[in-house]
Amino acid sequence: MNTLAYLIPIALLLGSLSLAAFLWALKSGQYEDLDGASWRVLDDGDGKPDRH
Amino acid sequence: MSCCAPGAEITTVAEGGQAQPASEELWLASRSLGGGLLQTDLSVPGVHCGACISTIESALRARPEVERARVNLSSRRVSIVWKEEVGGHRSEPREFVSAITACGYQAHLLSSGEDEGDELLKQLIRAVAVSGFAATNIMLLSVSVWSGADAATRDLFHWISAMIAAPTLVYAGRFFYQSAWNALRHGRTNMDVPIALAVTLSYGMSLYETIGHGEHAWFDASVTLLFFLLIGRTLDHMMRGRARSAISGLARLSPRGATVVHPDGTREYRAVDEIRPGERLMIAAGERIPVDGRVLFGSSDLDRSVVNGESAPITVGAGDLVQAGTLNLTGPLTLETTAAARDSFLAEIMGLMEAAEGGRARYRRIADRAARYYSPAVHLLALLTFIGWMLVEGDVRHAMLIAVAVLIITCPCALGLAVPVVQVVAAGRLFQGGVMVKDGSAMERLAEIDTVLLDKTGTLTLGEPRLVNAHEIARGVLATAAALAAHSRHPIAVALHDAARSSHLEGEISEIPGAGIEAKTANGVYRLGSRSFACGTIGVSSGLPEAILSLGGQELACFRFEDRLRPGARESIAALHELGLATGILSGDREPVVAEIGRRLGIANWRAELSPRGKVDAVAAGGRRVLMVGDGINDAPALRAAHVSMAPATAADVGRQAADFVFMHQPLTAIPFAIETSRRAGRLIRQNFALAIGYNLIAVPIAILGYATPLVAAVAMSTSSVIVVANALRLRSLGSATASEPPASLLQPAGSAR
Repeated sequence: MNTLAYLIPIALLLGSLSLAAFLWALKSGQYEDLDGASWRVLDDGDGKPDRH
Repeated sequence: MSCCAPGAEITTVAEGGQAQPASEELWLASRSLGGGLLQTDLSVPGVHCGACISTIESALRARPEVERARVNLSSRRVSIVWKEEVGGHRSEPREFVSAITACGYQAHLLSSGEDEGDELLKQLIRAVAVSGFAATNIMLLSVSVWSGADAATRDLFHWISAMIAAPTLVYAGRFFYQSAWNALRHGRTNMDVPIALAVTLSYGMSLYETIGHGEHAWFDASVTLLFFLLIGRTLDHMMRGRARSAISGLARLSPRGATVVHPDGTREYRAVDEIRPGERLMIAAGERIPVDGRVLFGSSDLDRSVVNGESAPITVGAGDLVQAGTLNLTGPLTLETTAAARDSFLAEIMGLMEAAEGGRARYRRIADRAARYYSPAVHLLALLTFIGWMLVEGDVRHAMLIAVAVLIITCPCALGLAVPVVQVVAAGRLFQGGVMVKDGSAMERLAEIDTVLLDKTGTLTLGEPRLVNAHEIARGVLATAAALAAHSRHPIAVALHDAARSSHLEGEISEIPGAGIEAKTANGVYRLGSRSFACGTIGVSSGLPEAILSLGGQELACFRFEDRLRPGARESIAALHELGLATGILSGDREPVVAEIGRRLGIANWRAELSPRGKVDAVAAGGRRVLMVGDGINDAPALRAAHVSMAPATAADVGRQAADFVFMHQPLTAIPFAIETSRRAGRLIRQNFALAIGYNLIAVPIAILGYATPLVAAVAMSTSSVIVVANALRLRSLGSATASEPPASLLQPAGSAR
């Protein structure tokens, strides 16, 4: 019973952390272009403007 | 992989017909971000892989004024953030469009008022995340209870579950509560009523049990139920949103504004809503006419295909009336406007479309039809169980517990998932084959059709003339004609230029609007155009479009053109007949042309010279379930009136908006492909319903007899959902085995469609 007293809060806390992480990712627009994201992984460019 | 290369060659030369947006229009459409930065969103329908992304992005980033450029592959858009001024020079947004076009992609402005950022989808995903979090945590606690936690621990776990479940029900359940409340208030019932009732009752009952130190609580069931149903609802919403944004993102038809000439000679670029009747407008060659008007000065050729679907342009001069949406091809025109934008031809078509809406509104989705019988049955069953146990035992608490168990077990969890999952998988398959679906119900309707009616120009044919007698003409003459044709945007000139590209002509070349092209060279005066213009005589017309090349009034060659059939047209019509469907052509074009196409494709039932209203009547006649395929504005009302409709991606904006399906690639085989996929999806949906009913037949007696502990309910509910999802995923494997994939050569980017 004593172990439960801190194990349950820890479990809930970890769960809410991942929930918060997901909500943050959603809010920052990371799910807006799933098709593009799968291609961008393969792109070696650094995403900076290339000025020759 | 150079999958995008073929598009590049074709697009750059065929640019003639589709005018690029004007600079003022781009400024008007740009959003100010503050600090001298502007953002412009363009639709690039041709992007479809990683190479396209990096090509476009690096082309744009190479420009000094561009701050950021990002391509969104899902919605096929590029958003460009750029500086208003670089080094004291005002930036020119038109150059972004040119930069994209130079890479071989078409770029268009988005329709106004089409700002995305789907708020409801985000809310739904958040609700899924929250309910998923709650479901896993409560399930963890529940497993401990089921595996034998004793009195005090069990109560603690129940209390924690209750505290997690309460905010979840409010936050994630609000979609169902709102929808159920709406339905009840209007005296109807829908799928959400039993859901809301089951969730609320099970929570209330569980709380009551927890307070009374009871053995069973149903918190896990109510939250898991919400979780599964929200997944179904999110999938449903996602499918619609994705296709809709891609469809609305393509080219638009009505211009955003026009240059107004004031009586004192000053010019001003004004938004189309602010143009009043009686004002003077300058329309340059290549611009679309924004509102109805009368020509004051100038003459030109107008592409009126949006009005009547006819491919050949007509000549207009002073005094002629012109309609909004038509494309001015060859010469500048000065117009006097006769109607404001809201009274123009385009607005009239919109009115006709609204009137045609009735036929569509009567259709009820399969899930709604099921819900109409399902929810009263479920409520009745729960009520009967309650009464039955009251009669047998007389214990209100126990009878209530069992009634709640019945409600939970019968809750349409599998049903809520059955339809959306199948539709999302089917829409995904169609999307890979180049067909976009706007709405799940469109697939249900497509599976039911018995007749296919097709428009001619732009649907059965590509709507672009092609030179047919090139082999009869000497190479040198053809090259001279092509060199002249390079100076015009007239579709025939574009076709001629395509036929022989590498050519050059020295001399003073000018286009005479409404007549043809003239070149003063060392050899004499070359003229390319109608017979009366080129030779000064009135010749016999063969009915087909033709152009004459003359030198000093002497005919050198006669070029004949015809509209090309869309690839796969013959095979597609044959496939439709094989599927047991009747076919027909509805066209606004002249009779001989339509009859010829009908003969070539084996379609006996055709009608020509139909007005937009005539098409609506033809679609509505006879009480058949019609699939209408068309592309022009003149087809839009008929697309709306038909049971279900389809348009090519090259269609006019209004046509695409009105259609339920849009096919991205050229071949017409998309039609039988979509019908087959929809029929298969319909079969799977029916199977899923059967599975869900079968599950109820087993689970409901268990619940009524009082054996449904929370453990049994959780297992039963999850199993049924998993089975339904697994069945839906069969569509993938089934599809790739039986339906032939479109060959790779046909999967060119939509940018090559012109």
